[in-house]
Amino acid sequence: MKGSIRNIFYFSVMAGLIVLVGQLQSWNVALSILNLCLISSIMALGVNIQWGYAGLFNVGVMGFAALGGLAAVIIAMPPVREAWAVAGSGVAVGIGIFLATSIAALLVYRKLRKGPLRTVLVMLIVILGYVLLRIYFDPTTKVIEKVNPASTGYLGGLGLPVLLAWPVGGLLAGAVAWIVGKVTLGLRSDYLAIATLGISEIIVAVLKHEDWLSRGVKNVNGLPRPVPYEVGLQNAQWFLSLCERLGADPVTFSSIFVKLCYAVLFASVLLLVLWLSEKALRSPWGRMMRAIRDNEVSANAMGKDVTARHLQVFVLGSIVVGIAGAMLTTLDGQLTPSSYQPLRFTFLIWVMVIVGGSGNNWGAVLGGFVIWFFWIEAEPLGLWLMNFLTSGMAADNALRLHLIESAAHMRLMTMGIILLLALRFSPRGLIPERNHQ
Amino acid sequence: MTEETLNALALLSNFVLVPAVAYGSQLALGALGVTLVYGILRFSNFAHGDTMAFGTMFTILFTWWFQSMGLSLGPLPTALLALPFAIVLCALFALLTDKFVYRFYRQQRADPVIFVIASVGVMFVMNGLVRFIIGPNDQNFADGERFIIKAREFKQMTGLAEGISIKVSQGITVITMIVVVAALFWFLNKTRTGKSMRAYSDNEDLALLSGINPDRVVMVTWILAAALATIAGTLYGLDKSFKPFTYFQLLLPVFAAAIVGGLGNPLGAIAGGFVVAFSEISVTYAYKKFANYMVPGDDWKADGLMQLLSTNYKFAVSFLILLLVLLFRPTGIFAGKSA
Amino acid sequence: MSYLIGENMTGGYGGADILHDCTIAAEQGEIAVIVGPNGAGKSTAMKAVFGMLNIHKGRVMLDGDDITALSPQDRVAKGMAFVPQSANVFPSMSVEENLEMGAFLRRDDISTTMEQVFDLFPILKEKRRQNAGELSGGQRQQVAVGRALMTQPKLLMLDEPTAGVSPIVMDELFDRIIEVARTGISILMVEQNARQALNIADKGYVLVQGCNRYTDTGQALLNNPEVRKSFLGG
Repeated sequence: MKGSIRNIFYFSVMAGLIVLVGQLQSWNVALSILNLCLISSIMALGVNIQWGYAGLFNVGVMGFAALGGLAAVIIAMPPVREAWAVAGSGVAVGIGIFLATSIAALLVYRKLRKGPLRTVLVMLIVILGYVLLRIYFDPTTKVIEKVNPASTGYLGGLGLPVLLAWPVGGLLAGAVAWIVGKVTLGLRSDYLAIATLGISEIIVAVLKHEDWLSRGVKNVNGLPRPVPYEVGLQNAQWFLSLCERLGADPVTFSSIFVKLCYAVLFASVLLLVLWLSEKALRSPWGRMMRAIRDNEVSANAMGKDVTARHLQVFVLGSIVVGIAGAMLTTLDGQLTPSSYQPLRFTFLIWVMVIVGGSGNNWGAVLGGFVIWFFWIEAEPLGLWLMNFLTSGMAADNALRLHLIESAAHMRLMTMGIILLLALRFSPRGLIPERNHQ
Repeated sequence: MTEETLNALALLSNFVLVPAVAYGSQLALGALGVTLVYGILRFSNFAHGDTMAFGTMFTILFTWWFQSMGLSLGPLPTALLALPFAIVLCALFALLTDKFVYRFYRQQRADPVIFVIASVGVMFVMNGLVRFIIGPNDQNFADGERFIIKAREFKQMTGLAEGISIKVSQGITVITMIVVVAALFWFLNKTRTGKSMRAYSDNEDLALLSGINPDRVVMVTWILAAALATIAGTLYGLDKSFKPFTYFQLLLPVFAAAIVGGLGNPLGAIAGGFVVAFSEISVTYAYKKFANYMVPGDDWKADGLMQLLSTNYKFAVSFLILLLVLLFRPTGIFAGKSA
Repeated sequence: MSYLIGENMTGGYGGADILHDCTIAAEQGEIAVIVGPNGAGKSTAMKAVFGMLNIHKGRVMLDGDDITALSPQDRVAKGMAFVPQSANVFPSMSVEENLEMGAFLRRDDISTTMEQVFDLFPILKEKRRQNAGELSGGQRQQVAVGRALMTQPKLLMLDEPTAGVSPIVMDELFDRIIEVARTGISILMVEQNARQALNIADKGYVLVQGCNRYTDTGQALLNNPEVRKSFLGG
């Protein structure tokens, strides 16, 4: 088994790099990187399910991750009682219109046969629902946004444990993926790409501008945590005695301890998703998916409903991305809509999958680790490089100042070059797909 | 017609018609580039938005240089003088990307989606270069006269309460678009090279059998795509402002325009550009004032802004148009190359 | 020596060999026809002659020159023209533009050649402004042959020119092909309609599993009882 030795080698090198950061920079930094590596790996797994299993090109990863983030707010934040008091009935009306529209559209979709008539009717219902919402729900949003705009100005959430947001985020992402997939799958692969690009921009626009829902660019801060707070730990007797036994500084160690708790949570989710993906890949279902990917025409001829399978896999992958998105927002402790940038949330994940090895789950995980690590470390490295390159110039040289100031943008270019090099010279990735013949 | 109606029409022209014609021209030029690359190289080029930014960046750099030398075009923006130089540089870069990235996959006869992913890599590189060289911030590089007609002058001329203003950048956009499109169609329909490009797009194998040199066709395509991208980007930048991220976001309306018109169909790309621009602007326009002119009587005043969709969601319009076309006519209004 | 000869060709599309020691030749101004059952390698033999697949044994000679190493494009420049079986026109271009594209490599005046093509296929002159994609199947084949003739080839190769056209159109097409041969152009043709094709053939090749089975004049093959029994349905 040459392959598995190589894989163990890759993962040990990765672990070694993180330990090195722990030694050279600090354990706090190393654990932050580790946590984001774990989340990135899950996102990469989600994309790999779509791309590696079925050859679907999803350019809307950002949107599905953002939906996960929204779920974290809706599930975990305490409800804003004042807002509900003044706008509760309005919200009820809004939800009523929304549900009525959805049910009516779904009914028409189910009852009528496929054709232009059905599409037109569904669209008319959706448009009518939209107009009604604008007329009856818009005033309510104004009312909600006026409630204490500096601290709340939104509805808040349900006040449930934040861990619940992870599966809910997945479901939310899956539902949107179903709608997008329903329209675009079965057409050219480019169309899915462009449609997902569009939906992700829209989702992020909603998060940025629907203040009543997500506080918009004012951000939602202070999401409840699934793990203890540093201050709480520093006052807990058991923790202090633990610190004493380890000879660690309680303040530093409390933040390391919190990050370790997150790491354990994230790693469990990663392992669970990985286990499920591997199981699916080896199942008859996985074999069929690969058969379809490798030869769509003949699979179609054999009576496989290619479009329906693609829809399945597209929704599944988006669910995984949604879960990861919710986890990320949980880790951040806040929802920051303006932080959702396509280059960071969509294309970076793609680099992870391509570099790691499309079609191989372990490859996607490794790609998530490697690329995130370099994404983070590229900035100090780039800065160092620029300082080095320009060391011959005067300290106030305009070019030198510009180069040092722009070093941060180098990493975009670096990622592009890594993607191009991987695609060209190692198209099967670090850990290539196994042949299950 | 009553004065009220005239005022309403002037209002609509000022805020919907004029901006939409200018924006539509910019989108049409962008979509033409996308559709050309799709027709000849057979993939959706995700780097096109960033190619627009890349070319525009050169226009801005040359504009600054010319300004520092005291060169100008009088009432016209200096950017027009800089444009040809920017096109040359942008085209050179496009040819480099082809040499180092796309050509390999062409020889491999790789799947279109591999080209798309490669174009994402190119997009990253171009985006990084633009941010590195000129920075991620807004740059305003329009100079010369601002207006062809000012709203105030229009009001004095006509005596209406509502004015129509036309910016120099808008006038230049439309004229440039017409000239460029005419030249492009002349090239594609009348010249030997242009016809060979259409032949290659129609039937690659037969074009090879006829002795058409594929490398030359591909080279000309990249030059044209880079030129169109630079022109579209510069016009957009003159009309609004230059910000790298905005150009990335233009990818969606540009693609929507190309798909609406039928990917690979140049005429469709132009029609698509205007469909998207008019929809976007008319859906996000607030009709309150317009309605107040149209509905007589002082006692009736419209509630709210009467805006169908907030401008924050203008991208949703491109997206919805895209969905509609995919639902009803996946090959576009003018049949394109794909089913 | 023959004007064109593919001698002892052995090769395939990269996998297993499809052709085994196969020889095909065409004389100046004559019609040579390749027939045989499905999967016999008829089209493959023709593509080998045209350089569209690699042969690792044997050689291809044109007018006394060894052209085995040339690409299809270079063979076009040498005076060979090839009409593929399907997708053999530029559908969104007019008939006239299709013909122009056929003459892409020529730098001289092409109007005489175009007139000759229009004389041969009068319907094309009528429809010269129409897009090739809008024509009927038979007309499209005429455009395809016309496009190939625009290079003023010395050898015209046709891959199943009558596939999918009605019997009347087939006869008409064969008449035109005879006319073309009379002008001194050699014709090499792969045909599914073996009987009709051998009727007009000066030389016939019956291929089976990539090997020459029978080689004779068209008439002799038609009269050969074994050929009749096995390949012409009695």
